[in-house]
Amino acid sequence: MQFMLLFSRQGKLRLQKWYVPLSDKEKKKITRELVQTVLARKPKMCSFLEWRDLKVVYKRYASLYFCCAIENQDNELITLEIIHRYVELLDKYFGSVCELDIIFNFEKAYFILDEFLLGGEAQDTSKKNVLKAIEQADLLQECCMTDTVSQSFSMV
Amino acid sequence: MPAVSKGDGMRGLAVFISDIRNCKSKEAEIKRINKELANIRSKFKGDKALDGYSKKKYVCKLLFIFLLGHDIDFGHMEAVNLLSSNKYTEKQIGYLFISVLVNSNSDLISLINNAIKNDLSSRNPTFMNLALHCIANVGSREMAEAFAAEVPRILVAGDTMDSVKQSAALCLLRLNRTSPDLVLMGEWTARVVHLLNDQHLGVVTAATSLITTLAQKSPEDFKTSVSLAVARLSRIVSSASTDLQDYTYYFVAAPWLSVKLLRLLQCYPPPEDGAIRGRLTECLETILNKAQEPPKSKKVQHSNAKNAVLFEAISLIIHHDSEPTLLVRACNQLGQFLQHRETNLRYLALESMCTLASSEFSHEAVKTHIETVINALKSERDVSVRQRAVDLLYAMCDRSNAKQIVAEMLSYLETADYSIREEIVLKVAILAEKYAVDYTWYVDTILNLIRFAGDYVSDEVWYRVIQIVINRDEVQGYAAKTVFEALQAPACHENLVKVGGYILGEFGNLIAGDSRSSPLIQFDLLHSKFHLCSVPTRALLLSAYIKFINLFPEVKGTIQEVLRSDSQLRNADVELQQRAVEYLRLSSIASTDILATVLEEMPPFPERESSILAKLKRKKGPGNLHPDLDENRKERSANGGTADHSSTTSNAKSSPLSFVGDLLAPASTAPPTNRPRPVSSSYLLQAPLTPIPLQASAVPVLLSAGPLFQVAASPTPSTDLLGLGSTITTQNSAPPASKGTSLLVDVFSENIAAFPVETPVAVGPVADENFSRFVCKNNGVLYENQLLQIGLKSEFRQNLGRMYVFFGNKTSTQFMNFAASVVCQDTLQAQLNVHAKPADPTVDGGAQLQQILNIECMSDFVDAPVLNIQFRYGGTLQNVAVKLPITLNKFFQPTEMTSQDFFQRWKQLGAPQQEVQKIFKAKHSMDTEVTKAKIMGFGAALLDGVDPNPSNFVGAGVIHTKTTQVGCLLRLEPNTQAQMYRLTLRTSRDTVSQRLCDLLSEQF
Repeated sequence: MQFMLLFSRQGKLRLQKWYVPLSDKEKKKITRELVQTVLARKPKMCSFLEWRDLKVVYKRYASLYFCCAIENQDNELITLEIIHRYVELLDKYFGSVCELDIIFNFEKAYFILDEFLLGGEAQDTSKKNVLKAIEQADLLQECCMTDTVSQSFSMV
Repeated sequence: MPAVSKGDGMRGLAVFISDIRNCKSKEAEIKRINKELANIRSKFKGDKALDGYSKKKYVCKLLFIFLLGHDIDFGHMEAVNLLSSNKYTEKQIGYLFISVLVNSNSDLISLINNAIKNDLSSRNPTFMNLALHCIANVGSREMAEAFAAEVPRILVAGDTMDSVKQSAALCLLRLNRTSPDLVLMGEWTARVVHLLNDQHLGVVTAATSLITTLAQKSPEDFKTSVSLAVARLSRIVSSASTDLQDYTYYFVAAPWLSVKLLRLLQCYPPPEDGAIRGRLTECLETILNKAQEPPKSKKVQHSNAKNAVLFEAISLIIHHDSEPTLLVRACNQLGQFLQHRETNLRYLALESMCTLASSEFSHEAVKTHIETVINALKSERDVSVRQRAVDLLYAMCDRSNAKQIVAEMLSYLETADYSIREEIVLKVAILAEKYAVDYTWYVDTILNLIRFAGDYVSDEVWYRVIQIVINRDEVQGYAAKTVFEALQAPACHENLVKVGGYILGEFGNLIAGDSRSSPLIQFDLLHSKFHLCSVPTRALLLSAYIKFINLFPEVKGTIQEVLRSDSQLRNADVELQQRAVEYLRLSSIASTDILATVLEEMPPFPERESSILAKLKRKKGPGNLHPDLDENRKERSANGGTADHSSTTSNAKSSPLSFVGDLLAPASTAPPTNRPRPVSSSYLLQAPLTPIPLQASAVPVLLSAGPLFQVAASPTPSTDLLGLGSTITTQNSAPPASKGTSLLVDVFSENIAAFPVETPVAVGPVADENFSRFVCKNNGVLYENQLLQIGLKSEFRQNLGRMYVFFGNKTSTQFMNFAASVVCQDTLQAQLNVHAKPADPTVDGGAQLQQILNIECMSDFVDAPVLNIQFRYGGTLQNVAVKLPITLNKFFQPTEMTSQDFFQRWKQLGAPQQEVQKIFKAKHSMDTEVTKAKIMGFGAALLDGVDPNPSNFVGAGVIHTKTTQVGCLLRLEPNTQAQMYRLTLRTSRDTVSQRLCDLLSEQF
């Protein structure tokens, strides 16, 4: 996988993860182009498209688009399920995740992604194992912190 | 204040994010951000030391601002400080900031690397993971330099935790992708392969990705992974869906791992060991069988995961391309998907079938789905699916269905999306040409292309139809008639006017007998379009008119009238004006004989690969380097065993239709107005009028009238259409033979003079039996007869070389008057200097005489110098002439480069004339090691891990000559099954590509 983007129906970028070295300028250009292309597609269309010399796999969950760019020999369907598994992980962690969770806890979304995907490849596909890693980390921070953990978005 | 808001949530951050979300306008957002930046800056600069929490919060805010798309130019140092915090969350935020915002700030890099080093040696798995994630996320060269040796150690250490192993494996994968040269294979490689046997499926998953990447780089080192991967796959495939617990995804056992294992196997040919091969075939069969079972869940995740494995299995089957039953089964399975209600599956089935179509075993099976595919083209609502359908139709096309497919594509063109029209036009043009049995169909097809999608018909396409018509007598009359009819339409595309003008100008006479298309009617028809056309087209029409004057003397007056009109003679466009002036003058002063010579019918074009094909390849982008191989494979299958085998096969590569293209192509880069004017119109006017002999006048007239059609106006003399190329080339090639020779050659020419001339013995045939053996090596025996043995030892550096020639006297009698000299004939004289040092005139019986040759390569060359030897043995004069193996590749300097560089250069050398390709049968056994040695002996650097297919060979180097250096890339693709090779050379110089290709292709 070359990169993953999460963006809203309004075209706002919510998460970006790049697995190939690109300049900030290129990243912005790619993001702009791809967000436009994907948003222009109708709901019943297929989830794959050729884009430059890459394949783009995307899926919409509620108001968010999850979009991955993979290389030519990579498997489209399994990428679609990578997206789904990531959504499941977010869902489990946040408890029925919504876009706001990802906005307010963007750093968590990145941490979870890093536990699941590294260098563009699946690190562990077991939901239990990934969540265990995240929980352990959360536990670590609890020992160091005195306050109880509060879900930050409760204030919204 | 900070003490209160401590906690996981970072309240200040949440407030800031809310503020931003509440901003009504972009300006308000920027204002809020600037305020925050100022605040953070003052905090960072303030005297009071910030506590860890505040630092973390501010760094996190900066990160948020950056991710919103704003620039951040400070805070890096604070983030680096966080790395050494012993609080996990602070460290974590620090790492996240570094991963997202790393720049090549060198003093920071060493600090970051230090922090990472500390965490890697901390033995705390959570910290180690953070550090490994950071290396993998940044993946910069500096990091690779610092950790490429450390990460493999962590990966294979016995006491490393599973989760750390996983991170280490993928971290190494990333480093290998960005800096493959820094990841060195070592004794750890064998242990990495054994991770495939690990208990922990997560470790296996991560390791499989790593091994796949490394196996592409050095397949030999990871060969043993094949049997392990097959075993693992077999266990997964045969397991019950609950066996693998959490690795079962919606009732599918370990789909990710299965896909990865199948990917890994695609790095290798089918396993040679029968047992492993059988086991793999069983796995693949099981996967295909499962596709037929009723789904265990209605969830789309279930079917996606299951089919992901299925498609990957099909990819492997296609990659192996050796099991006919599996290929046909795969094809049938995909056939079912073609009509599936899931758009995604239809898309993938079309895509996958494209590759199946190129296998000889499944080509026929794919063809049976033609109706479904055509239907997809008509009824799919999604353009990307329709695009796949077009691709598949193109891939499955052969002689048997070409007419149907071309007709369907043509009719689709009328409604096709603008984004894919040009590609369809190219595809139709290629198929129509490739599978044309009768050329009237071809002409009709191209004219229809212009009619339906004239704007998308590129110059290559209409040049091509003209080339074909000119080269095929039998279609010329039909073409003239058809374009004449097509031009009757009140509105026709300008491309049609171009084709019409050209063809009528050449072959209008063939239909002039019919009173409905008499010369005058033809002219009026063309001229009625004239005023609506662009300048280049009008220029072309003017040329057609002057050709008319030659074809039909009866319309000469009318045409002269047109040429004479102010709108032509005083046209503001200099090209049109010049043509009008010249043509008018030419038609007035030249005799009919001269006119007939000057305006003669175009000679046939030399045959070369279609430029349309080249264009399509360019359009398809760099990823698609192999269309030809597919073409070949398909051809083999399409014609397997049938009677017209040979004719079709030749059609694929070098069909009688596949000629030039490039010949015409330069015109598109150099617009017609730029035509060369070696002799301007004034020259013509100066030329004496009638009484000069034909020959003398012919040259200037030709030169001036040469660019009759813009296509002839190419600036390179050799591409001239009117045959005056020969005059120019002789002029050009004459001088270098005498000029440009340096001292060395002068010395050498004395040598020739000193050559014993006493007996002008007819020099016998030049021996060259062993010549090709020396292409890839420098030492050995070059020649031997009963008397004499000639051995060579040579060394080359850049454009210089030294060759030691050993003359061995095999007899017991002395050789007298022994003299050896080197002759560079013709053009070679200016390209290569060979200076032979004088040697003894006698060689004693049984002794050896050594002579040294100094060699200097001036420019690239084709021919080889000849070594002439003369001596007296007994009473008779002996003459031996041997071709000296000094070949262009001797001046190679190998160049190492990364995969990325290679492909970038490969793309840069994409012009059709820069590439030379040859497909040939293997003459020796196809041994990988031998091939490698030959390529290295040839002088190029052998690049590992560049080609996605590990069985291919890729090389790079620079040819050094005194005048220039020519970068060369080469690629050799063995097909062990067919015992064939395909060799592709790309260099910046067409002559070099050709020569190197010829030399190297003789070696296998």
